[in-house]
Amino acid sequence: MPVARTHAVALLGLTGSIVEVEADLSAQLPGFSIIGLPDAALAEARERVRAAAVNAGCPLPQRKLTVNLSPAALPKHGSGFDLAVAMACLAAAGEVSVASVASVVHLGELGLDGRLRPIDGILPSVLAASRAGFETVMVPHANAGEASLVPGIEVIGVVSLLEAAIRHGGRFEPREVEPVPFVAGDVVGADAASGDLAEVAGNEDAVEALLVAASGGHHLSMIGPPGAGKTMLASRLPGILPDLDADAALEVSCLRSLAGRAVTSALSFRPPFEAPHHTATAAAMIGGGSRLIRPGAAARASHGVLFLDEAPEFPAAVLDVLRQPLESGTINIHRANAVASFPARFQLVIAANPCPCGREGTSECTCPPAARRRYMARISGPLLDRIDLQLRVPRLTAAGLRLARERPGMSSAEARRRVVAARAAASERLKGTPWRTNAEVPGPWLRGTGGLHPGGRITAALDRSLERGGITMRGYDRVLKVAWTLADLAGCDSPTIAHVGRALYFRQGFER
Amino acid sequence: MAHNAELGRRGEQLAVEHLEARGLRVVERNWRCRLGEIDIVARDGDATVFIEVKTRTSHDFGHPFEAITPIKLARLRRLAIAWCEATEAATSRIRIDAVAVLAPTEAPALIEHLEGIG
Repeated sequence: MPVARTHAVALLGLTGSIVEVEADLSAQLPGFSIIGLPDAALAEARERVRAAAVNAGCPLPQRKLTVNLSPAALPKHGSGFDLAVAMACLAAAGEVSVASVASVVHLGELGLDGRLRPIDGILPSVLAASRAGFETVMVPHANAGEASLVPGIEVIGVVSLLEAAIRHGGRFEPREVEPVPFVAGDVVGADAASGDLAEVAGNEDAVEALLVAASGGHHLSMIGPPGAGKTMLASRLPGILPDLDADAALEVSCLRSLAGRAVTSALSFRPPFEAPHHTATAAAMIGGGSRLIRPGAAARASHGVLFLDEAPEFPAAVLDVLRQPLESGTINIHRANAVASFPARFQLVIAANPCPCGREGTSECTCPPAARRRYMARISGPLLDRIDLQLRVPRLTAAGLRLARERPGMSSAEARRRVVAARAAASERLKGTPWRTNAEVPGPWLRGTGGLHPGGRITAALDRSLERGGITMRGYDRVLKVAWTLADLAGCDSPTIAHVGRALYFRQGFER
Repeated sequence: MAHNAELGRRGEQLAVEHLEARGLRVVERNWRCRLGEIDIVARDGDATVFIEVKTRTSHDFGHPFEAITPIKLARLRRLAIAWCEATEAATSRIRIDAVAVLAPTEAPALIEHLEGIG
């Protein structure tokens, strides 16, 4: 059979497209060419495949091999096509079954010794194969656990090219080969990173705000002097968020896989926590790369928490790239040859010192007012306006510490239970709408067709604030949403005056 | 060097036997001019065929066909034209073939024949 074909997957962002890999064997002087827009790493598959085939014990014929990757106009990157290229060539040479190879999607990079090496982005690739209707996928042994997270598709983990060939009906002598292990950057989950909420002493306002943020999916900002516990509070937020549903968990794992991080065979249902350093660039924040477009911190925090510590230290341009994802919930990265889009439904938590020296409000503060204003102004108004909960976190006093010792705070487990209950109440109310948490609900719907504006005496304080120009219309809507979350947490059917007042209190804002 | 030259002659002899068995009529062997040498010139029906023979005793230095580089192929084409001009015996169609002879010392030789390599 001079022509054989099999399949592989080309990833662009989280979207995978099926690529047909055709191999043609012609009676010509030995040669090997790969056509169909391969990048440098993929074009090198030529050398890897030839050497791997010889060393694995199933050499390719000494004739002219032409491999075509179609659709030919779609750009393809990386070394994940090696296995598909090798199998198509072996099938063209008549060494393995053409029919068997054609029905399987092959993913994996080959080493020169013929062993299969793990690749990034297995999960989204296998997901794409499953959605395209394929029933079997062959992956490197080290990626088999990750690939098996996708339901409804048979995953075959293979150690070497020879094993893959034998599975496709090749008559070769099996050899014992040591599998290539999966080496990944970090394996620490969100749970290990965050401590328990009960460890937070005092700061009852902040703990309540954290609870509200978790229940309603509201963004949160905390301003306070160094040592007030802002970072400690923020790191407790993922611990009190409810478990992800199956789709969200799969999406989170896909993003982790694409970022080259470890994905284990057990799907993690815990929301992710990303805390990029303030030297991060715009590309590090939303994602980038000229060919293979990788997700940035904001995309990796999707369905979880994006924590920006020392927010005013971030370059203004980096903070402002978050405005689009905050509005739309997606990140679009435009490059000359393609547009990649990533989900970005993260919850934003920012922490900041009130002034450069951090001692604002005490006699030790040495910052002139102008410096303080400049410092705060680095967080742009439009960004701040999208944050529902704006809180001041004071330093813990000796009296507060004594009080905290007598009355221990809420544990993470208890908080999570209350959050789950509040979320259930909100999603019950929002049944039949595309939204699930209070923060997602658009303001006009809330006040209009949704009929969730209590009106009258209950929102009197809020209306007055709007009349005086204390808050914007967007701010008005946000206070209303927070009031609803407070009501959900308290188990009330509708917000009371106290809930609206509390919601207004949680919008203390930044002094500018 | 003497060993290789002898191996080459043995390979060419095996190639000629193979070609004749396949119905080709050998016209000339080891034709030389200032451009180089053509191993075998043969007639295959109405085509004149110029054949390059590569002989190896093992695969240690790669497959015999791998030794036919694009540069050598270009020289073969020039040689074919030179032969046509010199002899004026060419037919309407000409073709360049390659024959690989794998001749291990202790085993029967393996012969591969590629037609129309360029």
